[in-house]
Formats: sequence, structure tokens, C-alpha cells
Amino acid sequence: MSRELMKGNEAVAEAAVRAGVVSYFGYPITPQTELLEYMSRRMPELGRAFVQAESELGAINMVYGAACTGHRTMTSSSSPGVSLMLEGVSYIAGTELPMVLVNVMRGGPGLGNIAPAQSDYNQMVHGGGHGDYRCIVLAPCSVQESIDLTVLAFDLADKYRSIVVLLTDGSIGQMMEACELPPMQPLKTKFADWAVQGAEGRERRFLTSINLDPAAQEEMNYRLLKRWVEVEANEVRYQEYFMEDAEYVVTGFGSSARIALSAVRAARAEGIKVGLIRPITLSPFPKQVYANLSDKVKGMLVVEMNAGQMLEDVMAANRYRIPTEFFARLGGVVPFPDEVLEEIHRMVETPIPTDSHPRDRWFARVMAKG
Amino acid sequence: MPLKGRIVVNEKYCKGCELCVSSCPQEVLALANDRITAKGYHPASLVADGCTGCGICSVICPDAAITVYREKAGVSRIPA
Amino acid sequence: MVLDNCELETTVFERPDTLTGANTHYCPGCTHGIANRLIAEVIDEMGMREKTIGVASVGCSVFIYNYLNMDFVQAPHGRAPAMATGVKRVLPDRMVFTYQGDGDLASIGMTEIVHAAARGENITVFFLNNTNYGMTGGQMAPTTMPGQKTTSSQNGRDVETQGYPIRVSEMFSKLDGASYIVRRSLHDPKNIRMAKKAIRMAFETQVRGLGFSMVELLSICPTNWGMTPKTSIQWLEERMIPYYPLGDYKVHPALAEIKL
Repeated sequence: MSRELMKGNEAVAEAAVRAGVVSYFGYPITPQTELLEYMSRRMPELGRAFVQAESELGAINMVYGAACTGHRTMTSSSSPGVSLMLEGVSYIAGTELPMVLVNVMRGGPGLGNIAPAQSDYNQMVHGGGHGDYRCIVLAPCSVQESIDLTVLAFDLADKYRSIVVLLTDGSIGQMMEACELPPMQPLKTKFADWAVQGAEGRERRFLTSINLDPAAQEEMNYRLLKRWVEVEANEVRYQEYFMEDAEYVVTGFGSSARIALSAVRAARAEGIKVGLIRPITLSPFPKQVYANLSDKVKGMLVVEMNAGQMLEDVMAANRYRIPTEFFARLGGVVPFPDEVLEEIHRMVETPIPTDSHPRDRWFARVMAKG
Repeated sequence: MPLKGRIVVNEKYCKGCELCVSSCPQEVLALANDRITAKGYHPASLVADGCTGCGICSVICPDAAITVYREKAGVSRIPA
Repeated sequence: MVLDNCELETTVFERPDTLTGANTHYCPGCTHGIANRLIAEVIDEMGMREKTIGVASVGCSVFIYNYLNMDFVQAPHGRAPAMATGVKRVLPDRMVFTYQGDGDLASIGMTEIVHAAARGENITVFFLNNTNYGMTGGQMAPTTMPGQKTTSSQNGRDVETQGYPIRVSEMFSKLDGASYIVRRSLHDPKNIRMAKKAIRMAFETQVRGLGFSMVELLSICPTNWGMTPKTSIQWLEERMIPYYPLGDYKVHPALAEIKL
């Protein structure tokens, strides 16, 4: 396979095509639109379904219908559009259907802006839609990883009858990088015993998220949880950098991890024993990795492009034992590696307080700067 | 000889709405006020001779509760 | 009688095969049951039961999946046309229909239905118009007529503050993507027979790949209207039909050749 230069959003689209997606439904929104545009050309070329829906609400419900057939399906959007999709996301979760949702995050809340942000972490990882459900959330930090995780997303969706979110942002979606695409997979020909395709020579099937009997709903909730236990046991993914002898650790996901890695490399060049942990699956969250660090490191710096949404999960994962600092840029502002390096210096050079919340200290510093 | 027909009301489905009663051109249907169905409705029933098996009651019935039969022409009626 | 009845009698009417044995949740006299039966009869006559996928909506329509013996999916409130689009685009050789009430279709789901029609989505829509939200207890719907009393327009719909109803078939007849848009009524045997023909024609539209088809069915809601089924039927005839005239609002020329 030859390497080619591709834009993140288009690379995800082509990876989905090669992973055997049979239908795509979407709605234009920056910074995701190239994905929809690519699909509008590519899907009909292959005789597959493409519909530019009337809204994200329309798109997600078209995905809902397509997912009921058992064929691979997906949609993509960006933060405000994903908010509109959450109704359908909850229903799809409630019907236990596989589907892939790409969220190319932008600054918010509200209309916000079209610059890269990570402020949909909670929305994707801790729910978003109503009811008790979990999505698998994958967070790539490069174009190549976006491709690889797109393919994985379809496999995990089918394996666990689950929603899989590819959580990228405006920078990963828009950047061009050299990458290698996977081979074209044949389309699915075998379907699960729940797929609705017409009751030809078999008992009828119907797919719904309705359970009027609370006991039946509880059963369903147990079933979702049981599946989630399996996901947590088998699908945790993360990457460690310079962790062998690390005394300090920086952690973040997606773009912020990529920026933090530059800072970590610079700190290493200065002789600071610092490493980086980058969760690839934000959900299931790599809790154990953080728990295991408790006795090994002196301090941890969490870097995000939101006001500390993953921070809470990291602290809970190490049971609040690791002295922690936090650094973030918000609203679509991307941090510079130098800013992160400065925070690494602070962590290493000054004692980390344990009697206050890292977010509060960070925010006090931001406010003090004026 | 006028057409002869009969109906069978499935009392599992009949909800006693009376739409068949008011639609019957022969006016031979009524609710059976002497009994109730498992759901608690007085079911529709044939209360007089004269059913022609026209099927109008089954067309208006919202619960597909009525099966309609019509005697075949030229077949002599067997005494019950 | 022990004699074989078949030799003596013909069966004029019996429950269609596509109806399941379930007792419906519809109130006594509710014409939803007639609509369900007609759809079942037409699907039986077309021999399409195994090739049809229904999309249920939210409202009194919700439980249709219990009554028709075929594959079904259940949409969120108003989203049935979008869901049907997803199913149909992936399985174009299947017959796909939605079954929606007026609140679902003409209020919360107006965007989805208009765009499905405008796209010429090759699906069939059965639209039950009973001028109120039945399932939640008779609130004002987008089809509630001026002056009509409902639980949320207790002095009668005041158009000054509550606006005017929407005539859906008339509106959709202006969309180029729509191929078959008709309004029928379920209030008497003659009209029920015409409704059945329209249901057949709508499915034929889809089978021929002609695009979007919709049959609006005027329906009674005795419980929420606070009337007997019989007086509801009179009310439908006297009040609803003048406001919602029956007829063919748009018929694709290719359908003119079909004789039923």
C-alpha cells in the first residue's frame, strides 16, 4: 500500500467506505463537512446509499432505520449538530443497534465557533442522550489513527451491538498528513438474528426501544450493562510515551495529547523524567493505567481543550492519590507546546497542593493573568 | 329468493362500538345486552332473520371481529 | 352443523392473514382499527407480507407493530419518515411504509415528512387525521379545527392565539417529489372501500418506483371527542370533511393506467 496525503475528514470517509459502510446520512456543518462531501461523491459511485438529510435529526433517524437492517451505517457531524442527534443516539442505544458516529468537535457551548475543541467529552463519554447507556468512544490524534480507529469502530459496533463514536476535532479533521488506507473490505453478507429485512420465510421481527413493563426495561438495562462489562474487560486502549522511568506524567487525548507530546519531548531534552499517557478509548476509560501510577509518579498534569472534563475521570481513576495539576485552553483556542512545557516546569519545580482542586488552581492562575 | 347470509362475531375482538349495528342495511344487528365479553363489552350479534351476507358490518368494524358468510346461489338450504 | 360449509357458503369477509391475533388497544369505535385492517388486506392481496417493513410512530399509532404480522421498526416521535428513508435506501427492493397520526406527522415530525416527500423518497405514508392528540388524552393538534374544543383549547381553538390548522394533503400536493397524495375517510363503508383502493394505489406507487405516496385518512376519536362512535361519524361528516375535503390532491400520470 502506498502512502498518500489526505485530509483527516476525507481519510475517515474513505476508511469507512473501505470498512464496508453501506449507507451514510449527514448534514453539513463545519468543521466536518468534507466528510459529507466526500461521501456524496464516493457512496453513489459504489452503488451505496448517501442522503444529505434535512437536519441532523433527520440524519440520525435515517441511520437508525438503516442500522435496523443490520447493514453497516454511519453519520458524522460537529458539536452543535451532535447535540441535535442525541435523541436518535439514545433510541439507537435503546434498540441495541450498531452504528458509527463521527464527532469533529468545535468550540462551544451554543453555536460557539468552528475552531477545534474537546468540550464534547462529557457529552460523548458520560451520556448526552437520555437514559442509561454507554457509547464506545475512540479518540485519534492523527490522520492515520483516524483511519485505523474508523475501521475498528465498525468492528466494535457490530461486535457489541453498540454505538461507537469517533471523537476527533477541527484540527485533526482539517489537517493533511501522509497516511495509508486499509484494503477494501467486502460488504457484509451475513446478518444478525435481529436484523429487520422483511419476514421472508421466518417469524416477524420488530425493533424498538419501548419497554412499557419496568421489569422488562430493567432486564434490558442489565443486558446493556453486561455488554459494557465485556467492553471494559476487552477493549481498553491507550498509548504510553517515555513512561519506563517517568517520575511525572502528562495526560490528555486527541489533539491535546499530540501537543502535550511535543512538550514532553522538549522536557525530556532538558532531562526532566516525564512521560505521557494518551487514552485512545475514552470510553471504556483506561482506569487501571491511572490506578497503577499511584505509587510510581510524583505528579500528573492533565491537558485538555475543555475545562477539565477528562480531568475528573483521571482523578477518580487514580483515586485522587496522584498530586495533579491541570492546564487547558477553551473555546476553540489550541494550546501551544510551550504553554504545556511551562506547566511541566511548574509541576516539577513547585510542590503540588493536594488540598484544592487542580481546576480551581488553574483557573485562578488564568484569572490572575487577566 | 333473497340472499341469505350469516355472521360470526368474534367476542375476543368485539368492543361493542355499535358501528355495525348502525350500518346494517337490514337492521338485524344489535348489542347483546344479556351478556358481556371478557373485556366487559356487550358484543354485537345477529338478532333477527334477514342477513344477506352483504359484508357491510365487516367493512365498518374497527376490530375485524366479524366474519361474514353468504349462502351460495342454487344450493338448497340444509335444515339445521 | 357438521356439513362442510364451504360447499354451501362463501366467505364474504374474514380477518386478513396479515393481521395478528392481538386485540388492539384502540378505544371502541376508533377507526385506527379499520386503517390497520385495510393495510393488512392490501398487503395480503399484493402478496407482499414477507417483503414489507413497517415503521411505527408515536401516539395511538405506536402499537401497530403488534397488530400487523410483518417486520417492524419503531421510530422516535415524528421521525418515522427519516427512519423509513434509512430502511428503504439500504433495502430498495422492500416495501416500506410509515403509519403516523396528525401530531406525529404534522407537528413534531413536519420537517421529516416534508423533506421525505420533497426528496421523492420511495416510501408510503399512512396519515391518520383525527384532529387531536389521542394517546395523551385529546390535546390540540396541528389539525384541530378553528373553534374545536380539546383539552388544551378548552374554549375552542382560537386562531388569534393558537393559529390555524394545517391541511397536509393540500400542502404536499405542491411538492414535485410527491407522486400520490390523496385524502380519504373511514367513516362509512363506501368511503372505507375508497380508502382501501387508495392504500393499494399508494403501495403500487412505491412498487413502481414512482416516489413518495401518502394517504391521509380522516378518522374518528370518540373517546377524546367525548361522543359515541355513531355521533363521531356524523361529526366527521358534517365538520371535518368540509374543512378537509376528500379527493385526489396529486396523482402521478403513470398511475392513471392502473385499474384496481
